[in-house]
Amino acid sequence: MDSEQKREMIATQIWLEEPEPNNPFTTRIAYCRGYDVYGEMLGRSRWVDMIYLLFRDEPPSPAQAQLLETLAVALANPGPRDPSVHAAMCGGVGGSTAASCLIAALAVGAGQLGGGREVFLMMEDWYACGIDLDLWRSRLATPTANVTTVWPESDHRPGFDPHGMTTAMIVTQTLACLTKLFHGTHLSWLEANRNILEMAVERPLALSGIAATAFVDLGLTPDQGEMLYLMLRLPGAAAHALEQRSYGHKKFPFFSVELENDPEMELP
Amino acid sequence: MNGPQFLKQYVGQLKTRMGACFPGQRAVFRGHDLHTDLRHMDWIELYVYGITGRHFSPEQLRLLHGMWVYTSYPDARIWNNRVAALAGSVRSTPALGLSAALAVSEAVIYGGQSYVRAIDFLIQARRRIQHGAKVLDIIKNEIKDRRIYGFGRPLNSQDERNPWLMSLAKELNLDGGPHVRLAGEVEVILLSKNKKLRMNYAGLMAAFAADIGFSAREFQTFVFPAFLAGMPPCFIEAAERAEGALFPLTCADVLYEGRAKRDWITSP
Repeated sequence: MDSEQKREMIATQIWLEEPEPNNPFTTRIAYCRGYDVYGEMLGRSRWVDMIYLLFRDEPPSPAQAQLLETLAVALANPGPRDPSVHAAMCGGVGGSTAASCLIAALAVGAGQLGGGREVFLMMEDWYACGIDLDLWRSRLATPTANVTTVWPESDHRPGFDPHGMTTAMIVTQTLACLTKLFHGTHLSWLEANRNILEMAVERPLALSGIAATAFVDLGLTPDQGEMLYLMLRLPGAAAHALEQRSYGHKKFPFFSVELENDPEMELP
Repeated sequence: MNGPQFLKQYVGQLKTRMGACFPGQRAVFRGHDLHTDLRHMDWIELYVYGITGRHFSPEQLRLLHGMWVYTSYPDARIWNNRVAALAGSVRSTPALGLSAALAVSEAVIYGGQSYVRAIDFLIQARRRIQHGAKVLDIIKNEIKDRRIYGFGRPLNSQDERNPWLMSLAKELNLDGGPHVRLAGEVEVILLSKNKKLRMNYAGLMAAFAADIGFSAREFQTFVFPAFLAGMPPCFIEAAERAEGALFPLTCADVLYEGRAKRDWITSP
């Protein structure tokens, strides 16, 4: 090995590994933010404790853990009509690799309609407006900044359902449950002011809006909330993809097509 | 019309002008029979026709080819290529490794975001100039709010690709378009403020693309596979090498900067 070679290192505040004495590539002890994962956390911590700890510097309080776990149940399966799950099923039905089904779910579930980017944007709204109703009213009445990015323009306010008529029962049930379990500033404020916000945007609150609010109450940044939301919606996508694989493509809709400029139809 | 009435008109059927396949018979691509009318098209010609619905001159298509060829670097250290290589090293599939590597290319400090922002800036700036604005004022106004993409580079300010692309454009007599000239003016002004702000490849590609008539979104879609040709070599070499032999890291190669070791308190 070239002794002059610059030592390349990955810096992290999250993870420390100590090697087996006979192999520097094999982990003997792993610490997550200072806690011995396999020696102490395993068998004593919940999955949501670990998830929260990975994103934050401290473990969650029992109430925070319960909020995250309850939210994870609410988000676990968007259902087969959801575009992200639909995408995963397109992978499953054709026998695509497991990862490609999840990649499909992530890519489609990343968007601004019910997806990860919508959560990111609504969390930005929360951090800009807090629990100030006047700020919310002003922000909701203002068109979003027109800076071109990799994300296409979206024509609805993040966190609200552009095709909804009234607030879906699953949305009100989730909000009621979360506010009962966790007395978070933002969730409680949202429950108290939901009708006013919905009237301001003329659209009902969506589940993505509740997720964004819960993430703010958990102290997450918009970047963290976006990532977590993407992850938490994957279980349903995975299960539905596998189910369609077993059903086979003949049971999966292919839809009819109306080609508006068919060259054969235009022949004299 | 909104809400469920709006969505109901789309249920179960695809109305499209983009195309369809009729298994066992034919396929239609943007109003043309793919096999009888378009089968002799070069692949990039078909690709940009699919994106824009427009046809481009042989010279313009050669320039578009050049844009992709000159940035195809089979260097597995580069972040997006590294994804493809790591996939090969752990014996994942080429499709998974390469598609993830392409998705990663939609980055902020290189790739996707820089392309979109660079072409958007040039198109908007030229419009303003046509309405009487001065280049210097446009730049001053822009840098008040955000950085100008297309100028400067994270690793080295001199972009080795630019002379080759410019040379090809000269050979094709495509080097005198208004956006290319504008990009040159912007570079001169930015360099007078900061010597590191040379026009980078994204800036030059964006200028040529704008001169060819691409919108920002058309350019974003065109340029997404720009790095692709450099990725398979990275995947293949890593796949041919022993498993896990790409960039192995010892435990000591991770620089831990986080919390000190501490005891886990069991959740209630």
